[in-house]
Amino acid sequence: MKLSKEEIKHIADLARLELTEAELKKYGSQLSEVLTYIDQLKEVDTIDIEPTAQITGLENALREDVKEDWDKREVEEALSQAPNLEDGQIKVKRVLDNN
Amino acid sequence: MELNELTIKEAAEKLAKGEITSIELTKACLARIKETDKKIKACLTVCEREALAEAKEADRLRAKGERGDLLGIPYIAKDNILTKGVKTTAASKILENYIAPFDATIIKKLKEAGAVLLAKSNLDEFAHGASTENSAFGPTHNPWDLSRVPGGSSGGSAAAVAADMCLFALGTDTGGSIRCPASFCGVVGLKPTYGRASRFGLIAMTSSTDVPGPITKTVADAAIVLATIAGHDKNDATTPEAEVPAYGKSLGKSLKGLKIGRPEEYFGQGVEKGVRQTIEKAIAKLEELGAEIVPIRLPHTKYGVPVYYIITPSEVSSNLARFDGIRYGFSSEQVKDLKDVYVKSRGKGFGPEAKRRIMLGTYVLSAGYYDAYYLQAQKVRTKIKEELDYELEKLDAIITPTQPSPAFKIGENSDDPLKMYLEDIFQEGASLAGLPAISVPCGFSSGLPVGLQLIGKRFDEEMIFRIASAYEKMAGWQIKPEI
Repeated sequence: MKLSKEEIKHIADLARLELTEAELKKYGSQLSEVLTYIDQLKEVDTIDIEPTAQITGLENALREDVKEDWDKREVEEALSQAPNLEDGQIKVKRVLDNN
Repeated sequence: MELNELTIKEAAEKLAKGEITSIELTKACLARIKETDKKIKACLTVCEREALAEAKEADRLRAKGERGDLLGIPYIAKDNILTKGVKTTAASKILENYIAPFDATIIKKLKEAGAVLLAKSNLDEFAHGASTENSAFGPTHNPWDLSRVPGGSSGGSAAAVAADMCLFALGTDTGGSIRCPASFCGVVGLKPTYGRASRFGLIAMTSSTDVPGPITKTVADAAIVLATIAGHDKNDATTPEAEVPAYGKSLGKSLKGLKIGRPEEYFGQGVEKGVRQTIEKAIAKLEELGAEIVPIRLPHTKYGVPVYYIITPSEVSSNLARFDGIRYGFSSEQVKDLKDVYVKSRGKGFGPEAKRRIMLGTYVLSAGYYDAYYLQAQKVRTKIKEELDYELEKLDAIITPTQPSPAFKIGENSDDPLKMYLEDIFQEGASLAGLPAISVPCGFSSGLPVGLQLIGKRFDEEMIFRIASAYEKMAGWQIKPEI
């Protein structure tokens, strides 16, 4: 499975990663190599086999959805990690360009 | 003997008798960190002030009559486990200055038990790796040979225990990240059953196989730590309500009549000669102890790595989506719009292996590829699980080498991700099947520690403790590295 540079660029964009030219080249060949290796799974017969996502057999662990209050200091500590605050809210850049 | 060299059990006895204090014990560990960590680089953050305060408090509680195996015992936690007020970086630039506003459940439990947190240990960034070379803050060195890796991803924790910087450490294991470094550093490492200990407050990597566990100097100590960190947590829906047994109760019981499976696939090509000889000797010892060794076949073993490297990157790509430069962590400043914040913060904040896994996961989950990769991997996962369960039905445990070879040189595999992934080959089975597995030192190959792995039935950690402890007692590997 060989990935083209365009494909790597597209994957990086989907994953929201800005990559340098050198990175695009390097990861392209490394990912192609890994994909070739994992391709061997296709040879396993999995007809009538159910996929496994939860290994210990638990199903639908339900609980009440209750709001838990944090004390003021905890809230401040959590918020203080954000790079840009305004009136106790996290400020972000605009989503769309003005043009 | 210095106090930092004690096991938990030995220290607990001395504390109970009033022969030593937690302050003395903690100071001995902090001094050892100062003395050796310049060379080993196991710790990312040392919280000396907090540790001394916790030790003082433990001594005060003991004077008031409180007791407990971990009361006043100093430990180190892997730096992907959240600790309130003490930095948690996941060894990533993107979390370089992150301070969690709450404790992980296992940290909370240890705090309640009176254990003393000394430091946060190095790891492969976000626990992606088998060598601790993927840390954004530089590699950890193996105490047995400073030019070699300590294994990974919990390399800092294992190296710290091997170097006696602490009495025990916490690691996390997703596909071998406790067992591999335990084996490379010559210490005990337990990956509990999936769900046995809470994942709440662990920086998530692969939510369907992540599990925290102890790295210790003895098997008995691993049982003590597990007894404290195990159990149901309302904040982690994958922890069952199953009762936590009194771990360690069966230690010392005879192995007569126990059946241990020896899978042919784990002893074939690719296993270094010295490792094979060491494991064979250990198997002979187990037979002397009365266990019956049963040859078994696990033909799907070879698919463990490919299954793992589909499931893991898939879950990594979604779990690491939260690091976006908005609420916490590194945020790029040269940006024009919101998407720019994401791509630039993530592009600069993540290291190479995190990026590779995010991209691999993004690719295999993308439209048109899901069935061929992710779904097929989950189906093969079922086959791996069924095969192991089928054999374990008739057995008490399975024995394998933990790693096919001893610790490799720093830099040897670092530019070949596939070669690094193959380091996990003997560990994926237990991880994908959610089974408990322990790595115990069983000798040396060319002067480097070798570990044997015992895989048990789901939620039957006690059986692998019993077998591992009997072996440990008989074999008596008590050699320490010269640092």
